Amino acid sequence: MIDRDQVVHVARLARLELGEDEVGALAEELSSILDHVDRLLAVDTDGVEPTTHVVPLENVLRDDVPGEELTPEQALAPAPSVEDGAFLVPSPKTEG
Amino acid sequence: MAGEPLGMLSACATGEAIGSGELDGAECLAFWAERAGDETLNAYLWTGPDDGGQRIAGAPVAVKDIFCTEGLPTTAGSRILDGYAPPFDATAVTRLRAAGLPVLGKTNMDEFAMGSSNENSAYGPVLNPWDRTRVPGGSSGGSAAAVAAGAAPWALGTDTGGSIRQPAALCGIVGLKPTYGAVSRFGMIAFASSLDQCGTFGHSVADAAELLSVVEGLDPRDSTSTGIPGGLSRPTASDLEGITVGVPRNFLEVGVEQGVADRFAEALKTVERLGGTIRDIELPHAELGISAYYVIAPAEASTNLSRYDGVRYGLRVPADDLVEMYERTRGEGFGPEVKRRIMLGTYALSSGYYDQYYGTAQKVRTLIVRDFEAAFSEVDLIATPTTPGVAFELGAKTSDPWSMYLNDLFTVPMSLAGIPAISIPAGLAAPPEGGPQLPVGLQLAAPAFAEQALIESAHALEAAIGFDERPEGGGDS
Amino acid sequence: MTEGLPDDLEAVIGLEIHVQLSTETKMFCGCSLSFGDPPNTHTCPVCLAHPGVLPVPNRRAIEYAIQIALALGCEVAPRSIFHRKNYFYPDNPKAYQISQYDVPLASAGELANVRIHRAHLEEDAAKMVHIGESGRIQGSSGSLVDFNRAGTPLVEIVTEPDIRSASEAREWGQLLRETVRQLGVSDVNMEEGSLRCDANVSIRPRGSSELGTKTELKNMNSFRFLEKGITAELDRQAGLVASGERVVQETLHFDPGTGALHPLRSKEEAHDYRYLPEPDLVPLAPDSAMLEEARKSLPELPEAKAKRYRDELGIPEAPAELLSVRAELAGFLEAMLAAEPDLEPRVAANWLTGEFAAELRRKGDPDLSEVPVEAAALASLASMAQAKKISHGTAKDLLTRMVDDGIDPVAVVTEEDLGQLSDSSELEAIVEKVVEENPGPAEEVQAGNEKAIGALVGAVMKETGGRADGGEVNRILRQALGLG
Ligand SMILES: [Mg+2]
Ligand SMILES: [Zn+2]
Repeated sequence: MIDRDQVVHVARLARLELGEDEVGALAEELSSILDHVDRLLAVDTDGVEPTTHVVPLENVLRDDVPGEELTPEQALAPAPSVEDGAFLVPSPKTEG
Repeated sequence: MAGEPLGMLSACATGEAIGSGELDGAECLAFWAERAGDETLNAYLWTGPDDGGQRIAGAPVAVKDIFCTEGLPTTAGSRILDGYAPPFDATAVTRLRAAGLPVLGKTNMDEFAMGSSNENSAYGPVLNPWDRTRVPGGSSGGSAAAVAAGAAPWALGTDTGGSIRQPAALCGIVGLKPTYGAVSRFGMIAFASSLDQCGTFGHSVADAAELLSVVEGLDPRDSTSTGIPGGLSRPTASDLEGITVGVPRNFLEVGVEQGVADRFAEALKTVERLGGTIRDIELPHAELGISAYYVIAPAEASTNLSRYDGVRYGLRVPADDLVEMYERTRGEGFGPEVKRRIMLGTYALSSGYYDQYYGTAQKVRTLIVRDFEAAFSEVDLIATPTTPGVAFELGAKTSDPWSMYLNDLFTVPMSLAGIPAISIPAGLAAPPEGGPQLPVGLQLAAPAFAEQALIESAHALEAAIGFDERPEGGGDS
Repeated sequence: MTEGLPDDLEAVIGLEIHVQLSTETKMFCGCSLSFGDPPNTHTCPVCLAHPGVLPVPNRRAIEYAIQIALALGCEVAPRSIFHRKNYFYPDNPKAYQISQYDVPLASAGELANVRIHRAHLEEDAAKMVHIGESGRIQGSSGSLVDFNRAGTPLVEIVTEPDIRSASEAREWGQLLRETVRQLGVSDVNMEEGSLRCDANVSIRPRGSSELGTKTELKNMNSFRFLEKGITAELDRQAGLVASGERVVQETLHFDPGTGALHPLRSKEEAHDYRYLPEPDLVPLAPDSAMLEEARKSLPELPEAKAKRYRDELGIPEAPAELLSVRAELAGFLEAMLAAEPDLEPRVAANWLTGEFAAELRRKGDPDLSEVPVEAAALASLASMAQAKKISHGTAKDLLTRMVDDGIDPVAVVTEEDLGQLSDSSELEAIVEKVVEENPGPAEEVQAGNEKAIGALVGAVMKETGGRADGGEVNRILRQALGLG
């Protein structure tokens, strides 16, 4: 079960603005999905290693050699707001 | 060209004809560009073509809009990337260009590849060319529909839990998902990084395999890429002598439509007729695949999609405060299914829930991997229907997310295990509610990097099944 | 003894240090590292977190991190993985930082009796400038983001709370900085931010083994400020306890100008970083070749060097410590000892860290390469002084000329006949003459004002042209004046 308060909390973590109706719908939908997902909890996974990667690779590294860079114009071209060669954002009222 | 109309010529044959000078590359591109431009299924979000000013060596490729294309619109079906044109090409696209295969257009898709019906595109659903009231499957629905409708000779898609195989099945074409790592993910917009894999669509196994051989390969820009050791060559097998095909009967017991079950049973008979052996196998944890998948994929997606914050590119909804700007941009930029999955994934990773959800799901994933390892010690291939049912009506499953997710029941386990799988047409069947005949897909899966063996058997089966139906109107969509 | 804390309280301090590695390129992309270049001149789709891009780790950054781990006596994990640390902020382009979490590259080390909890690899954030009032966040009308720094490789070093005073924190921090500097893997420049230090500070009753509530002091840009900040915070905490209040866990920003500590505004929700294993990267498993390579490239590090200088060369504590953290001077010392086998290390070290260092300061602390003094020449000078062939005063004068004009001290001593007066009868005659010519001071001395002897010593030195040994002059003078 996931209630409206949890939906609001998680939406805050995910930086998603939700309408009132969305909060209600999500509480229901997520609860119903989690009911299905909860079948996993019945599985005996004692001593089972989690799988993060299906490819058994290690140490895939690159040499410390400069590659192609964007020009500042290219970097800034897709930005919604720009000032003085930098990306402009609204001021944070709180520290990140 | 033996009088064959260009639209019916296989992509492989088209390349050969251009190579031998029988066919002019520019003419071929113009032909397909017109087809793509005339298409009315909403399969394309952008049509060019974009020949990159390079030599044309083969049939042009419809590219799912999840691949970054330098200077060309790339939205992943999302409003949050409306107007975005990346400053670089995805590696798969670079490889197409290097092989002289122009980008024909960018195909519609479920937003950020999240969906099984293409109804989650911010740019409207794609229609199934067999029945315009039905879905083409998803998330690579635009690519599948374009190929099925004759609006593209072949196409690139991506498959995270079935997003190539399922729409291929619902549209009556071939969809090939290789081993995880076969194709570079660089420039392929991430949904769930440990599952996402580029794959191909074609009218034949040979076409799908040929296109895969162009894009596969190790890429220094993707640490998880390997390529397919030894590469791929054109399949030639005409029988299944010596091949054992495993069928996970228990797994297939629930919820398969009768028409699909019938075509699947016939396909297994065809396997035997070609000299292959059918053996029942167990995949005890496969049915848990969907549950594990709907934790792992949303969890990874929730962090992959955090970069869409209105700072560096894409949509920004202005606000005085930073947090408000983030929340409004993302609230307006993402559609309902993407929000649902971001919420689900964020919840599953949040403090106090990680072990319960993500940790457990990763362990169940291990059990699924082991199931396949055990099965492949006894059989060469595993066969299932690609989907439990044929194409469903637009809107039929949108109100119940889990019923939509069940479309991927048979395709998700292979994604979790990272193994290659292909869907080939197995014939037509009427939907349970009645109506016109619709395509049914047969899925074959193989051990990691056994792509060549997979396409050989699929090629032999394809010929024996002899499916040559095209949707009404064929290429004249 | 800690700064102003009452005797019944004890400071408990741990440090978190971020070291920027001086690789050519960023941690996960090929953009060049830069300091001070115009904004957004070193970016690419990867470090701007464009859709679909992927990180690939920089091999050299990993080598450097392993060197740091070994230098700090850490165990290098045979297999470690990267994690995503999720948080939204404009300086964090992916909205997750690639870092390490439950299995860091290195753990369980120790430097100068402070245990190292862990050392791990991660990537730096972009730089943000807040427009408006004095660059402070509040009241600004917007913020500018520069991604040049985004993705710079960092090693984060976390100590156990083993430090017991602000001054110890400063000294230990300096030792760590020198250790990393001598590895050659970072510029360790705190003002430019290539080394950044946070402190976790708490107090507890002396003798207690429990940990009190800690506060976190952020980003002090010199070790002097670190010491000041910790001192101020310890005072504040002691004051709270004295007035019966509690310390609350918070993050504080130290203003070196006013000496005040400002709480950074607390977040509206507690941090929930939602760590998850980074699916875009494969595990890091340093093999024996990588470890051997890193081990071979380690120089003798300050802690070991100071110990060797003390124990094996008999150099006193203070110069030994100083030399250990100034690699250039230590190199000079080794060259001096090689050039003059009879030169005592203790004498050489004293010249180097005393008079020579003072001369360098006079010159504005140039690089040794800019100073026209060879180690061998300084060794000759120190040897002549050690053998009393020249007086200390002569040696000092010669050193000044060596530093200014690059003279050869041995040649100049011969040319200018600066050899010390070794014939004591000659010195006795001069003393006799000086006493006769300065009856005033002589009487004062005899009347009990021993300080007046200085004037007589000065006069004798002047008479000898500085060639006499001060101690010897003193001895003969006192004899002549009947002071025995
Ligand atoms: Mg850190
Ligand atoms: Zn970069």
